[in-house]
Amino acid sequence: MAKFARKGKGGTPAISTASLPDIVFMLLFFFMVTTVMREVDLKISVKLPQATEVKKLEKKSLVSYIYVGAPIKAYQKKFGTEPRLQLNDELSKITDVVNYISAEREKMDENDIPFMTTSIKADMEVKMGIITDIKQELKKAQALKINYSTRKKL
Amino acid sequence: MARPVQEINAGSMADIAFLLLIFFLVTTTMDVDSGITRKLSAIPPEDQPKPPDVKERNVYIVLINQHNQLAVEGELMSINKLCDGVKEFIKNPHDNKNLSEKKEPEEIQFLGMVARSKGVVSLQNDKGTSYHKYIEVQNELVRAFNELRNELSMKTFGMAFKDLANDKQASIKKAYPMTISEAEPRNIGGKK
Repeated sequence: MAKFARKGKGGTPAISTASLPDIVFMLLFFFMVTTVMREVDLKISVKLPQATEVKKLEKKSLVSYIYVGAPIKAYQKKFGTEPRLQLNDELSKITDVVNYISAEREKMDENDIPFMTTSIKADMEVKMGIITDIKQELKKAQALKINYSTRKKL
Repeated sequence: MARPVQEINAGSMADIAFLLLIFFLVTTTMDVDSGITRKLSAIPPEDQPKPPDVKERNVYIVLINQHNQLAVEGELMSINKLCDGVKEFIKNPHDNKNLSEKKEPEEIQFLGMVARSKGVVSLQNDKGTSYHKYIEVQNELVRAFNELRNELSMKTFGMAFKDLANDKQASIKKAYPMTISEAEPRNIGGKK
């Protein structure tokens, strides 16, 4: 019964690593395509509240963001600890919202303007006073579709 | 005298690719933006006549004060009863005189004749209300409407609302429109 006679001297043959670059490149392309670079530096701390009935925001290019929260430690000397809002990279006043929205609208394709959404990313500890003021400004700017950004509760 | 071109050693290719891979692994953020979507009401033009008042029984008043307490129709209520309260108010299965009225039945595609509710949920908050409490309440209100839609979908189509085709979803949305109104904050409108 020498049908399955051992070949050679035994021992495991070395695994070919020739396809390793291909595998790594595949992974690399996956991450390159899915990656989103952070577009803004947050100067305020934002801890989002939780909710269960959330909807995904589909098209990122149609969304403009308003961040609300207390300034982080490094900026507290300059701006105090009261909740502020941040538009793009700047801490701003509430009255800047209208200008910001119209600037965002200029950047957009004309057909997309009706679908423009404003995402409010507010810290869970802020008071409604500032949120209400923002909402009032958004109404003035005719940006009526808004989204309260939340984490999904599991 | 042309020498044959030497082959480039591709052995370090994997290392370079690994380096890039690790860079993208570290910088990538996979979070998807999600949240509660709302539509603000437009500011009515000045010369527009006042809309007719809604009957008191058709308004479900939800108040949140600066201490994050919840009052519904003038009485304190805990947050976990709010969803059922809203559903009861909109459906009004026993024709309770204090809950919402029904409109005249009308034809809706796929659903036949439907008498829609006239009910409106009115949400008011104080300037001192915490944002997380506000979101919690918004979430409960949205949940109430989602559950109503889901129930109707289960009854008529035997499927969950989210699995329905778009046109059927539209019909159900028409039968249970999300009628949540946010009162105009008074201290902002008044001061000029």
